[in-house]
Amino acid sequence: MMNKYIYKGLVPTRKGFGEGLVELGERNSNIVVLGGDITGSVLTSYFKERFPDRFFSIGIAEANATTIAAGLALSGKIPFFASYSAFSAFRNADQLRISIAYNNVNVKIGGGHSGITVGPDGATHQSLEEIAFLRTLPNMTLIVPADYNETKKATIAAGEMIGPAFIRFGRSAVPSFTDENSSFEIGKANVLREGNDVAIVACGLMVWPALEAAEELSESYKINARVINLHTIKPIDSFTLTNAAKECGAIVTAEEHQIHGGLGSAVAEVIVKNTPVPMEFLGVNDRFGESGEPDELLNYFNLNPKGIIEKVLAVMKRK
Amino acid sequence: MSLVIKFTPDTFTNSPKTNHELSHIARTLRTDVVKSLYLAKSGHSGGSLDLSEIMTVLYFNGFLKYNSKNWKDKSRDRFVLSAGHLAPILYSTLARAGFFEVEELGTLRKLGTRLQGHPGLDTNLPGIETSAGSLGQGISIAIGMAMSHKYLDKTSQKVICITGDGELEEGTVWEAAMASSNFKLSNLCWIVDNNDCQIDGRVSEVMNIYPLREKFEAFGFDVIEIDGHNFDDIKMALSKYEANLKNTDKPTCIIAKTYMGKGVSFMENKYEWHGNPPNKDQTIQALNELEL
Repeated sequence: MMNKYIYKGLVPTRKGFGEGLVELGERNSNIVVLGGDITGSVLTSYFKERFPDRFFSIGIAEANATTIAAGLALSGKIPFFASYSAFSAFRNADQLRISIAYNNVNVKIGGGHSGITVGPDGATHQSLEEIAFLRTLPNMTLIVPADYNETKKATIAAGEMIGPAFIRFGRSAVPSFTDENSSFEIGKANVLREGNDVAIVACGLMVWPALEAAEELSESYKINARVINLHTIKPIDSFTLTNAAKECGAIVTAEEHQIHGGLGSAVAEVIVKNTPVPMEFLGVNDRFGESGEPDELLNYFNLNPKGIIEKVLAVMKRK
Repeated sequence: MSLVIKFTPDTFTNSPKTNHELSHIARTLRTDVVKSLYLAKSGHSGGSLDLSEIMTVLYFNGFLKYNSKNWKDKSRDRFVLSAGHLAPILYSTLARAGFFEVEELGTLRKLGTRLQGHPGLDTNLPGIETSAGSLGQGISIAIGMAMSHKYLDKTSQKVICITGDGELEEGTVWEAAMASSNFKLSNLCWIVDNNDCQIDGRVSEVMNIYPLREKFEAFGFDVIEIDGHNFDDIKMALSKYEANLKNTDKPTCIIAKTYMGKGVSFMENKYEWHGNPPNKDQTIQALNELEL
């Protein structure tokens, strides 16, 4: 089956985050945004320009910003704080655990510039571990949207749900393929392409390569792959995943993240319990990143259609 | 000698009182702390006891505005105990102020209790504004509250936060200090429980945090140093904060010199009592000393 998603050019997901915040701000006067100095990078600058009275600059102090956000939420506000994921998921880890998750407050955290595609800045800035950390926090919702439109929708949906949420997005321009009318519901995975030979489960910028890989698998290998966009890592859509395991009999996961503890691990926890089938995991394998251009790095780490196809062929042999 | 623990049922009003009356309340709180920690068989005695006078003035002398029967009333003043391990004195204060039944103090730290070892918001215990326990976070929570009231709600309610002094070794409290004056949070009153004790020893020996006045002044606070066991001192400092709230853009910092374990002779000024409960004999002696 041909996938119905059409490539619409390259757009950074962070643009969706910035625009989503402005739209939320228009809808709800309780939305406030905290800046961590790099507002022009994670595009909280859009909100700052539009709603200066509801924007607070906290400076380079991620732990403080996260905890101040909790205080604002405990006073009825809906605060968003965003920084690079390397800092808004780790520099403030204790604050996320206690002041946000344990308090179960209505705070939303943006993790921008995530993954290796932050590029030349190198390993210090290439966060590859936040899915593993954040999905262990009780009460936390974790969303890793696939493209610009979906990031915008995810941001708005996070602002309109009650409770703590983390949205992971990126710096570089990535293929845009969903549109205003594509469905997005927190906790509900989207099956982008039907198929019953293998299921490819991906999140973030690995979703588009998964669709490309599926086309190539169909044309060159007569393998009909189901492609699942698991944009919400937590709460995880067990129903869609279990069906995929039952109907496809094999699963490949793909993520711009450490294999240990990431999307693949989250999927495996569901599959092993409900319907054990062979799985292969594509991701960064227990190492830090390094400097390079985003596309160079994706190819260097095999995070591309070719890498997905290799994993699919490997898992098919184990069926 | 047998020891049967019972909590007196008294609750106290929140209105101006004589020092004699306040002293009676402070002794009641201390008695509660000793009893609940004895029953719990673990917990933090020293710091809980040394906050008795401050908590008494905050909650029972008409200073904090609250409604214990409708405690989430939006116009309430906010009190944040950043030093979450001092939960026993907070629980006792809230019970004596009518937020929940005094008898519940006997459940401290036991399975299924709302009186968690460190305050937990998930218990829905009336009067608890935030979970606390990982040191240094409560003060930033208080700042978020103060920012919300001053800039978004545009209301003038008070925000009071107590941190320990060992807690000042956490770097994030200085991020908080910076933000307090940056945002001109004159509605924020930061009380430092300066007993100079932490688990490993004297604060100045574990990590020297001094001089405190100069540090807080450099961060833009109006700093008031008081005897944290003297009711007149505490009242004076809180009045000064109220004046700051009305007339200035400056946050207030009250450095309250306290003695760990105050009121129980064998605990007084001994850092060994930071994280221990009294055993049976010690409880009997403590209750005798505190006899009302």
